[in-house]
Amino acid sequence: MTMASEESKTIQVTPPDKAKIRKIWMTALFLGVVTAVEFVIAFTMGASAFRTSLFVGLTLVKAFYIVSEFMHLKYEMKVLIWSILIPTIFIVWLLLALLIEGEAIFMVKF
Amino acid sequence: MSATESVITTQKRSIWAGGMSPLKVTYGKLMMWFFLLSDAFTFSALLITYGLIRYSYPGYEGNPADFVFAPDKWWPIPEKVFEAVPFLHGVSAPLVFVGIMTFILIMSSVTMVLAVEAGHRMDRAAVEKWMLWTVLGGIAFLSCQAWEWSHFIHGTHEGPMVAEGTTFFGANLLQNQYGPPPFADLFFFITGFHGTHVLSGVILNIIIFYNVVVGLYDKRGHYEMVEKVGLYWHFVDLVWVFVFTFYYLI
Repeated sequence: MTMASEESKTIQVTPPDKAKIRKIWMTALFLGVVTAVEFVIAFTMGASAFRTSLFVGLTLVKAFYIVSEFMHLKYEMKVLIWSILIPTIFIVWLLLALLIEGEAIFMVKF
Repeated sequence: MSATESVITTQKRSIWAGGMSPLKVTYGKLMMWFFLLSDAFTFSALLITYGLIRYSYPGYEGNPADFVFAPDKWWPIPEKVFEAVPFLHGVSAPLVFVGIMTFILIMSSVTMVLAVEAGHRMDRAAVEKWMLWTVLGGIAFLSCQAWEWSHFIHGTHEGPMVAEGTTFFGANLLQNQYGPPPFADLFFFITGFHGTHVLSGVILNIIIFYNVVVGLYDKRGHYEMVEKVGLYWHFVDLVWVFVFTFYYLI
């Protein structure tokens, strides 16, 4: 107990950087606004391929901000960024492959 | 002696040859990133499976205002399924509750970033405060999800009935009042898998919070564990963003 209190005396607490904290809240606000826009679209537009692509686009925008700002990936080494991003190509491939497959199953069934 | 030394220093050593961190992150953080990548594959597989099955069923093509649940005819419109809010029985408020859940999760992600930021400054009191908010956010989200599941399973009194004189309410793995059986199956699987992630995130956050309180990271000299668990927590938020779009909006 005494040791811990002695050590905590030596720890230097840096005061918060206002600009940094502001940026965090701005990112959060932006994510909230994008979600609000998604709600507005959900209630005002009828379902269509355009609306779906709009939703996917906005989702990717949100994903970009979460990964780059909150998860701090934007500020890591280039090599690290690419070694995380490039493998996601497999996800794109699976998406295309299975959606085409789904349509084919639909053709057979209905 | 000096000759051998000069030989060693003039040899060009690759940064990948060991002894240093070419990616400028610690082993633990790097492994967290690759774990999250693998987890992203799992979640993508689940969501893409939803896409596959969704497109193998006919969608509803009439006017959305006249939509009725018809499990043997078409896939339901999600906003007609998820339209209930606690304490507002019988009021149709499409997607409002999911919106609240999304907001809770985004907010708990923000408090997590603030905890990480406080950790960089070695500010133990601030880390404690923000970690506690994050844990509370996680518990709030899980509680919402429990309500949502319970409501989905039991069905609504106002809900229309399954065709041909049967009066099946709610959902289980074999049949449901909303749409084809895979609709409920995928709902349970995807949101359940995500909820399990939130639950383990909350447990991890509580462990880290405990470590912060007892001063472990002050002794260690850095708060990197908060960063690592933060990465995991943001990933859970990230997945929810996708689940929200693909399960509730489209």
